[in-house]
Amino acid sequence: MVYENPDGVRIGLEIHIQLNKLKTKMFCGCSTDYHNAAPNTHTCPVCLGLPGTLPVLNKKAVEAAIKVGLALEGEIAEETQFHRKNYFYPDLPKGFQITQYDFPIVSNGKVVIEGEDGEHAVGITRAHMEEDPGKLVHIGSIGKSKGVLIDYNRSGMPLIETVTEPDMRSPKEARRFLDKFRNILEYLDVFDGNLEGAMRVDANVSVHWGTRVEIKNISSHKGVERALLYEIMRQKNVIRRGGKVSQETRHYDEGRGVTLSMRTKEEAEDYRYFREPDLMPMQVTDWIPAIKETLPELPDAKRSRFIEQYGITDMHAKSLTSKIMLADFYEDVCAEGVDPKIAATWTADVFLGELNYRDLAISSYDGKKISFIHAKDPKIKNSFKVSDMVELVNLFAEGKISDRAAVEVIRTMLDTTEEKTPSHIIEEKGLFKAEDDLVTKAIAETIAENEAAVQDYLGGTEKSLNFLVGQVMKKTKGTADAKTTRELIIKELKG
Amino acid sequence: MAKWMSVAQVKEKIEESSAEEVTAHYLEVIKKSKINGYIKVSEKALEQAKKIDAEEHDGPLAGVPIAIKDNISVVGLPSSCGSKILEGYAPPFNAHVIEKLLAAGAVILGKTNMDEFAMGSSTETSYFGPTANPWDLERVPGGSSGGSAAVVAAGEAPFSLGSDTGGSVRCPAAFCGVVGLKPTYGAISRYGVVAYANSLEQVGPLANNVRDIAVLMDVIAGYDRRDSTSIDSKTEYQKALVEDVKGLKIGVPKEFFGEGTHPDVEKAVWNAIHKYEDLGATWEEVSMPHIKYALASYYIIAMSEASSNLARFDGTRYGLRENGENWHAMVSKTRAEGFGTEAKRRILLGTYALSAGYHDKYYLKALKVRTLVKQDFDKALSKVDLLMAPTMPNPAFKIGEKIEDPLTLYLSDVNTCPINLAGVPSISVPCGFTDGLPIGLQIIGKPFDEPAVLRAAYTFEQNTDYHTKRPLEVA
Repeated sequence: MVYENPDGVRIGLEIHIQLNKLKTKMFCGCSTDYHNAAPNTHTCPVCLGLPGTLPVLNKKAVEAAIKVGLALEGEIAEETQFHRKNYFYPDLPKGFQITQYDFPIVSNGKVVIEGEDGEHAVGITRAHMEEDPGKLVHIGSIGKSKGVLIDYNRSGMPLIETVTEPDMRSPKEARRFLDKFRNILEYLDVFDGNLEGAMRVDANVSVHWGTRVEIKNISSHKGVERALLYEIMRQKNVIRRGGKVSQETRHYDEGRGVTLSMRTKEEAEDYRYFREPDLMPMQVTDWIPAIKETLPELPDAKRSRFIEQYGITDMHAKSLTSKIMLADFYEDVCAEGVDPKIAATWTADVFLGELNYRDLAISSYDGKKISFIHAKDPKIKNSFKVSDMVELVNLFAEGKISDRAAVEVIRTMLDTTEEKTPSHIIEEKGLFKAEDDLVTKAIAETIAENEAAVQDYLGGTEKSLNFLVGQVMKKTKGTADAKTTRELIIKELKG
Repeated sequence: MAKWMSVAQVKEKIEESSAEEVTAHYLEVIKKSKINGYIKVSEKALEQAKKIDAEEHDGPLAGVPIAIKDNISVVGLPSSCGSKILEGYAPPFNAHVIEKLLAAGAVILGKTNMDEFAMGSSTETSYFGPTANPWDLERVPGGSSGGSAAVVAAGEAPFSLGSDTGGSVRCPAAFCGVVGLKPTYGAISRYGVVAYANSLEQVGPLANNVRDIAVLMDVIAGYDRRDSTSIDSKTEYQKALVEDVKGLKIGVPKEFFGEGTHPDVEKAVWNAIHKYEDLGATWEEVSMPHIKYALASYYIIAMSEASSNLARFDGTRYGLRENGENWHAMVSKTRAEGFGTEAKRRILLGTYALSAGYHDKYYLKALKVRTLVKQDFDKALSKVDLLMAPTMPNPAFKIGEKIEDPLTLYLSDVNTCPINLAGVPSISVPCGFTDGLPIGLQIIGKPFDEPAVLRAAYTFEQNTDYHTKRPLEVA
C-alpha cells in the first residue's frame, strides 16, 4: 500500500531542544539546573550579557551535538563556527543570539518513522547549536497583563535546533517523528523531555504542494498534531473558496485550538547574521571517533534485539523501546529469570497502559525502580520497583493470582505511595485464587438458595446465569475465577 | 615630588615614603588638572594605597598608581564608556587586566575620558566633554584613549591603560608625546573590556617611556580562559629591552606616507629612520598595495561589529532608561537619548552594511580586503624585521576643528587601522615636534614579536631625548 496523500500535504519541522542534561550553560559556567530555582538566581555576567563579557564555548555541548548528529545519521562538519543573529527582544540580554548559520555542525541526516504506509524516512536538513534566551513571565494573563517580568535563568541554556525536510505527509507522521526524535535524544542521555521548555517546535505546512505557512512555538507533540490538523483544514478552506494561501507566520492558540496570523513575509525580520568574533572556528573531525564509541544502542537496534533475545512480538518490542528507561526496566526484570513474554505483556500492555491512563510520564530509572510524574502536575509522582514486577509476573505465571488480580495489584501500586509489595496487596485485598473446593461449595449453595434464577436459566434466560456467577463471586469475595465459575455452573445444571 | 616620574622612580618614592604619599601626590595633581582627563577619580585610591602599605605588598607594581580607560570594568567604579547610556552602571566584576593589576599591587587612580564607546580619534565624542591636549589646551589629545594619554603626558598618572581598535592607543600617544603600544591581537585578554569591535581591539598600555610599557605588559598580558581569542605567547617583555639594533632590517612602506602627510611629520619620521641607520640598522622601501583599501574595510568591519555590540544597551537591565508606552518605545527613546551622534552614526552604518542585500557588497567585501591587507603585512614582514611609518599623518588638531566633518576625522586613522586589520603589534614613540606639538613614530612588528618592537623603540629612546620633553602648559 502506498499513501496517496490526497491533499498534497507537506510538513517540515524545526525543533529546539535544550541540552538540559549538561551541567553548565552554553557559554558560561552557570548551572542548567534552574527549573525549581527562584528567578534570576542561575545567572552570571556572561549569560546576563553585561558589557565586557565574552562567551566561552562549553565543549560538552559540542560533543552532545556531535552525538545527536551521529544518531541522526548526519554528516558532521569538519569546521564549524558561530554567528550572531541580531534582533531586539527583552528576553535577549545581548541584543543578539549566538547561533550557527552557514556552517551548522550537522547536516544531511535522517530519522525513520512508522509512516502512513509503513517505514518512512524523514530527512534532517541540518542541526545546529545555539543559546536559549531568557523567559518572559506575564503578570496575570497575557491579554490582561499588567506587566512583564524577565527571568534570565534560561538565558544561555545550550540548545540544538534541528530542521527537517518537508517529508511528513500528515499531522500523524509529524507527531510520530517527534516521538521518535525525542526517544532518540533520551537514549543519548543529552535531553530530559519532561522538563518545562525542554522542546519547542515550529511547523511548516503546505497543501497541494503550495505556499508554506509557519506555525511558531508549539510546546507539545499533541499540540503539533492538533495545530497541523487545524492549519491544513484552514488552508484547504482558503483554496476551496478560490483564495490563495499566503506565506506567513502563524501562532498556535492552544486553548482555542486554532492558528492565528502573526506576520506576513513582507514583515520578516533581517537578522543581519555575521560570524561571532569572540569565538574561534572549530575543527571537530578528530573528536568524532571517540564520540562514536560512546554512542549507545539506539531505539531501532534495541527493538530488533528485544524480538530476537526475548522472543517477544514486534508490538511489544516497539512499545518497550519507546522509552530508554522503560527498556532498561524491562531488561532488568527479565534478568531476574522471569518469563520474558509474560513480563513484556505486563510491562508494555498493562503497566504502560495504566501509566498513560493516569497521565503519568516516566521520568527516571535508577536500576531498581522506575519513577514517573504527572504530565500536568509535577507534585504527583510515584515509582515502581523491578522487584515488584518480578514478583507479580512470577505469581501470575505460577497461577497464584488471576489476571484480574494482577491488574488490580498494578493499579493499587500506582495509586498509592505506600511501600507495599504485590503479595502484601494480594493478601490485604484477598486476591489469591480461591481453592477449588471453596468454589464448589459456593456453587452448590448458590444453586440451592436461588431456585427461581436456576429455573429461569434452564428456561432459556441467559441473563440469570450472570446473576448466579455474581452470587458465587460474592460468596468467594471475588477470588473465584469468573470464567471457570461460569463453566462449572453450566456443567452442574446442564450436565 | 617630581611631577613626571617613571615607574622605577615611583617605586623609589614609595620606598622612601609610602604608597599612600605617592597616591596623594597624584590625587593633588589631578585636583589641579586643566585637561578633563578623568571621568571619575576613585574615592578608594588612598584607601587602596594604605592597604598596600599595611600589607607590605611585594607585587611588581605595589603601590604604583595607574589610570584606566573608562571602557575597562573595575568593581567599585562606574563604567560609562564616555556615554550617557551607561549612566549609573557599575560593573559587578573586574576585567582580566584589572585583576592582574590589583594582584600586582597597582593602585587605581580613576577612569579616564574617551570617545563614546571608543568611537573617535579626538575624545570629543565623549558625553563628559572633550579632554584637552596638555601641549596645547585648545587642541585634542587624540583618541579614543585621549584621557589615558593626556593624564600620562600631564603627570596625572605614571602610566595608564587604553584600548586600541583602529589606533585608539597610538593616536593619542602620538598627539600627547607619550609611548603607546597596541599589542598583537590575542596577547591580552579582552574580558571585561566593553566591546566596540571585537575582532580588532586590544587593551594597550600608555607611559612616558618604553620600559614602563614593558613593565605593564609583563603584568597584564597572557592567556585567560574567559577570552577564547587570547593566546599564551609566554613573552617576557622587559627582557626585550636591549639597546642594540645592529643588523635590524627596517621596512618603510611608502603607502604610509600619503598625500596629506604633514611635511614636518614626514621629516621627523625619516630622521628617526636615519637614526636607526646610524645605530647599525638598515632600511628598504616596501610596498603594501592593499593599504589604500584598509580604511574603508576597517570602518565597515568596526561599525558592523559595533552595531551588534551596542544592541544590549536597551534600558532594560542597567544604565539609562527613558519612559515609553511599551517596551519598544522605551528602547527607542533610551537609545535616542543615550547615544551621541557618532555612536548613532556608526550603529546605523554598521546595521546597513550587515543588512540583507548589502551584506555581501559591504561586509563580506570588507572581510576580503582584510585578508589582502593581512597578506600585505605577512609579505612585507617576511623581508624585514619591522616596519616604520608615521603614527598620525598630522599633529593634534584644534578642538572642534574636525568634529563636524566625520569623514576627515575617519581619514586620520589611515596609518593606524591597517595594523588592527592585520592583528600585528605596533608601538608609537615620540620622534619630534612641529610647532610645539609632538610627532609619533610607529614601529610595527610580526605577530607576537613585541620583543623586536620594544627593543627598537627602547634603543631609539636611549639615543634621543624626545621622550624627556614635557608640556609647559601643565607644568
